[in-house]
Amino acid sequence: MFNYLVRRVLIALPSLLGISVILFTVLALAPGDPFSELANDPSIPPAVAAALRHKFGLDDPIYLRYFHWLVAMLHGDWGYSFASRVDVSTLIMQRLPTTLYVLGASQILALCVALPVGVYAGVRPYSLGDQIASTLALIGFSIPTFFTGLVLILIFSIWLDWLPFVYRTDISATGFAWYWAYIKEAIMPVAVLGLFQGAVWTRFVRASVLDVVRLDYVTTARAKGLAEHTVVLKHITRNALIPVVTLVALSMPIVFGGAVVTEQIFRVPGIGSLLISAILNNDTPVIMGVTFIFSCLVIVFNLVADLLYGWLDPRISYR
Amino acid sequence: MAGSTPASPIAEAELATAAASLAAAAPARRKTLGGEAWRRFRRHRLAVASALILGLMIFAVLCGSLIWPVPINAIDFAAHLQGPSLAHPLGTDDLGQDLLARMLYGGRISLAVGFASMLIAVVVGTLVGAVAGMSRSTVDTGLVWLIDLFLSLPQLPLLLLLIYLFRSSLRRLAGLEVGTFILIVVVIGGFRWMSVARLVRAQFLSLREKEFVEAARALGATPWRQVVHHILPNAFGPVIVAATIEVANAIIAESTLSFLGLGFPPDIPSWGRILYDAKDYLDIAPHWALFAGGAIFLTVMAINYVGDGLRDALDARRVL
Repeated sequence: MFNYLVRRVLIALPSLLGISVILFTVLALAPGDPFSELANDPSIPPAVAAALRHKFGLDDPIYLRYFHWLVAMLHGDWGYSFASRVDVSTLIMQRLPTTLYVLGASQILALCVALPVGVYAGVRPYSLGDQIASTLALIGFSIPTFFTGLVLILIFSIWLDWLPFVYRTDISATGFAWYWAYIKEAIMPVAVLGLFQGAVWTRFVRASVLDVVRLDYVTTARAKGLAEHTVVLKHITRNALIPVVTLVALSMPIVFGGAVVTEQIFRVPGIGSLLISAILNNDTPVIMGVTFIFSCLVIVFNLVADLLYGWLDPRISYR
Repeated sequence: MAGSTPASPIAEAELATAAASLAAAAPARRKTLGGEAWRRFRRHRLAVASALILGLMIFAVLCGSLIWPVPINAIDFAAHLQGPSLAHPLGTDDLGQDLLARMLYGGRISLAVGFASMLIAVVVGTLVGAVAGMSRSTVDTGLVWLIDLFLSLPQLPLLLLLIYLFRSSLRRLAGLEVGTFILIVVVIGGFRWMSVARLVRAQFLSLREKEFVEAARALGATPWRQVVHHILPNAFGPVIVAATIEVANAIIAESTLSFLGLGFPPDIPSWGRILYDAKDYLDIAPHWALFAGGAIFLTVMAINYVGDGLRDALDARRVL
């Protein structure tokens, strides 16, 4: 088990390096230069500007600059935010828990929707229930998250006035009221993200249950006289989940995209809204840091999927 | 596959009648491939309805400005934030600009971005997938690694980053409208070719070992001829389905970018941009956001249903 984990991490490392190369290349190829303002400033002699460029290594060949940057990143030196006047790593660490809380809750909601509905629809294909579920799922993943967010705000905040539409971190209440306010303000972001992912995953689960539901071993399990719920839970669902795990891991980049949008709509102070404000403020170190964190999260989720895969499918050995 | 369940409800009922008609009239009239696909597509009622809706929308955004010749930027403060009326069927925005005219114009942009990005994704994906599927060496391994790498990139953050970095220089180079359009299309297409590449590679891996390709090879067909005349035409069914879904994805991606304020500028009202402008007036003019979002939703859903229908129509192995 431990060896397996180490091997998967070793396989994941080149991908992380590849992502960092892509990120760095994008930034290096981009027009614009941190010293362009110096070059345009008549009060600074060109010799000084050139010396500054040399001092900060901007004249080095690109691979050298990449290695400098990589070493700094590995040392935890992620740069300094121009806009917020703090270290990028502190800024990200402040914002990351909120994002993980909203994302985690929404993914749990998505699984709670997708697993039962998908299995139900897959076990009874083309029944009325399946058709309703499939139609709802297709509608659900055709509505872009930003539109669902706006519609929910319109219904629950403006018309019904039940839920706040701005996510606040400075709730003044204490005790139980604090917890209630904390949960209440997260309901809409979590619902928007969770229902969208739930719709996508329902389709995955249904298709994959359809693939296994008529295989011979299911018939055998029924012929042995096993109870229906045992057949569905232990024989169908467990085997149907194997491809679903891969698809769920593959859809993680899209989930993070949805998180950026949702955080922007509901003003959730997570790293997604940090990214948007950094882009609008030309705050390059923060942009780099947040994009890199997103890449790391994707890789981590792929790792988790690999481990789950081994658990779900005994044919894959951990050795 | 033994005991597998057909993916479409009509399949089973049709199986019996198809078998019966096959037995009764064995030398049936020759059917063309396209005609056969159309016959299968027609059976998916929702797909046909969606294709109609989609056709109507395309017609409306192409010819709509002839029927509704109101300028998209005629400012009229006397009529700002009005709901739907006879003078303005979809209402007006905060500057009193007619929303129907803006929606028609925006639809042209949103659909154009969708189709152009899809073309880029399909061309790049087919190229990468074909090269990977035909080469048996390290090239294949390398390309598969590249596909996996691109699949694990966080797409939206990178899209935002690229657009932020290259926006101003491309605008200087090609003009405000064209520059933004090229940038958005290339960037969205450049991040969405992976699924097509995977599909094409999988198809190539199985097709290149099939007897008819082997026969062509034995007759001395060059690899180029094998690919273009024998493998590619047979691999295109799933690619067309994937391409349809890519149009929907690209439309969503473009509206997401515009919704975050990083897509088209305000004087080029794509649907996402209209929604972005409308979101601050949600309480006093909900029609503004609802029409724009509803248009995106309707288009994306219609395209997804058409994709569903095409999946049924183009899978030659399924009896329908």
